[in-house]
Amino acid sequence: MTTPNILLVDDEVPFVETMIKRLDKRGISAMSASSGDEALIQLEHHPGLEAVVLDVKMPGMDGIETLKEIKKRYPLKEVIMLTGHATVETAIDGMKLGAFDYLMKPCELDALIAKVREAVKKKHDHDLKIQQASIDKLMLTRGF
Amino acid sequence: MTAIVVSFAPLVIVIGILLHQFNVSYQEKTYAHLTELVQKHAQNIDTFLTEKMANLRQTAVNNSIESLCESEFLREKLQNLRSEYGNMFVDLGVVDENGVQLAYAGPFELKNATYADADWFKAALPIDMFISDVFTGLRGHPHFIVAVKKYESDRGILLRATIDFKAFNSLVQNLKVGQTGYAYILNRKGEFQTSPPLEYQASPTGYEFFWNAVAKAKNKVLVTQWKDDDGTNNLYAVAGLKDGQWLLIVKQQTKDAFSDLHRMRMIAVIIFIIGGISILMMVYYTTRRMVRRIRRADKDKEAMNQQVIETGKMASIGELAAGIAHEINNPVAIMVEEAGWIGDLLEEEEFAKSANLEEFQRALKQINTQGRRCKEITHKLLSFARKTDATVKDVQLNDIIMEIVNLSSQMAKYNKVTIETKLQETLPYITISPSEMQQVLLNLINNALDAMEKSGGTIQISTKISEIEPGHIVIVIQDNGPGIPEANLSRVFDPFFTTKPVGKGTGLGLSICYGIINKMGGKIDVQSSPGQGARFRIWIPVQK
Repeated sequence: MTTPNILLVDDEVPFVETMIKRLDKRGISAMSASSGDEALIQLEHHPGLEAVVLDVKMPGMDGIETLKEIKKRYPLKEVIMLTGHATVETAIDGMKLGAFDYLMKPCELDALIAKVREAVKKKHDHDLKIQQASIDKLMLTRGF
Repeated sequence: MTAIVVSFAPLVIVIGILLHQFNVSYQEKTYAHLTELVQKHAQNIDTFLTEKMANLRQTAVNNSIESLCESEFLREKLQNLRSEYGNMFVDLGVVDENGVQLAYAGPFELKNATYADADWFKAALPIDMFISDVFTGLRGHPHFIVAVKKYESDRGILLRATIDFKAFNSLVQNLKVGQTGYAYILNRKGEFQTSPPLEYQASPTGYEFFWNAVAKAKNKVLVTQWKDDDGTNNLYAVAGLKDGQWLLIVKQQTKDAFSDLHRMRMIAVIIFIIGGISILMMVYYTTRRMVRRIRRADKDKEAMNQQVIETGKMASIGELAAGIAHEINNPVAIMVEEAGWIGDLLEEEEFAKSANLEEFQRALKQINTQGRRCKEITHKLLSFARKTDATVKDVQLNDIIMEIVNLSSQMAKYNKVTIETKLQETLPYITISPSEMQQVLLNLINNALDAMEKSGGTIQISTKISEIEPGHIVIVIQDNGPGIPEANLSRVFDPFFTTKPVGKGTGLGLSICYGIINKMGGKIDVQSSPGQGARFRIWIPVQK
């Protein structure tokens, strides 16, 4: 299995930093962003990022807005919403907008990893299908 | 007090004015009546006297002295008078200027009687016509004399007639007014000229006043009130008679004369007393009712204030709790995360040989556990303030209860508790959030189970249409556990109030219930006495 490459977006910098270290130790390479804007910039610079773990409640551009923007620009990137207890509804709204799933904060690391792997797998499957489709299409055009 | 005065004033004024008016007009009427009566009778008596005088005068004028002096002739004349005017004329006599009776006709043998010293003779001598006062005279019973003077050449005589007292007396004695009114005649000396009233035979005193007063009075009739010597108030109507020599007096006891007035006064007094009592009773009752109403309103207001304060307190605590929960959540997450990171690092080889490795791991585990506990608390805090699944539906309360009972039955069995339900089947559907209702019921049942953890027991859940609160359904959840001490009863709904050991309860369960029920527009209360178990009642409004 390839190393999942993800982006963690949360305004709580210490939380993100520790999380990255722990994920790294478990074979997931993660990058951090402390706001919606930063997340978009990171995604632009690092096209290899496969999934985004996005906090719902952030100052400035909030989780839902960021999600919309991400889905608009990179429809194939999977987003996992990270939410406090009080914002479950927001997270559910996020799912309607195309988020992969949501997790309650503070969450167990293992649960997060499992979700991330699922998301990345889905993305890979997606990519694979798209690749396959384009290959098929190519083959048909070439007339093999 | 003011109410009494205000109510009484019109009553007093109306009765006073009416009474006064009636008094005045009645008095006027009585006075007028008496005046007329006396005037008429005075005229009658005067007429009577003048008539008798005229009769006698006729006799004197028509006959010569000579013939008058014959007893036989005189007897004939007397006979004529008697036949013509009844038995009023007792006798006739002719008296010469020396007072010797020359001739006499009548029942007594009075011929040659001498009247020279008699008062009437002295008084009659100088004038043409004379009517005497009533006196007893020679014959020993009351009579009075009418005398007419006659001159013939050198000689003059007096023709005198005696008028029967009884006949004259009847003129006034028939005059009766009311029950005590009677009439009598007095002369100048204050002697009775008619048979005196029964109550006093003695000569009445104090009448001098009347003589002057009558002379001045209008129509020559005086009506006045006079207090007699014996202390009775009497009404007197007085008129002059016989050119002011006699007085005709009608006397009536004031009490009798104004008996109607007295009756009227009595009626007025009775009306006043009855009216007064009714007013007092009305004032008393209305005041009492008003005081009671105000007191009740005050109590209601106080209870309402209490409730408003309570609700406000809950709301602000809820908000505070939500804020705190949110703020705590993130640091706790970071702490747990950091602990997890340390745990990760400890797994590396360089630490594997460390002597305290186990101790480190135990500590990290503890941090994790406590972190989870924090999370639990904050979650509960948040659900206290925040809308869970607040989407409302039309639900049958009994169904929700049965669901929760089934859910809890396993736990109940474990605690040796049985759950009994007594649900009224015809409950109307209510529009509430089912998940919130579930939360409330679960909370209350869990509390009851916790309370009976050691002893076991029964939880009774019943529903019915409330009789106390119209338009509400009431749910009663009763256990027979140890109950709630009285000191705690008022605080069980306060957030963070708990009697459970540290780490076991957050003290939020009941305050969450309180918040939810309040939001539904319902009410929740608790009754308990130690040893008797606790009884929670929830009222939920039924929407129309």
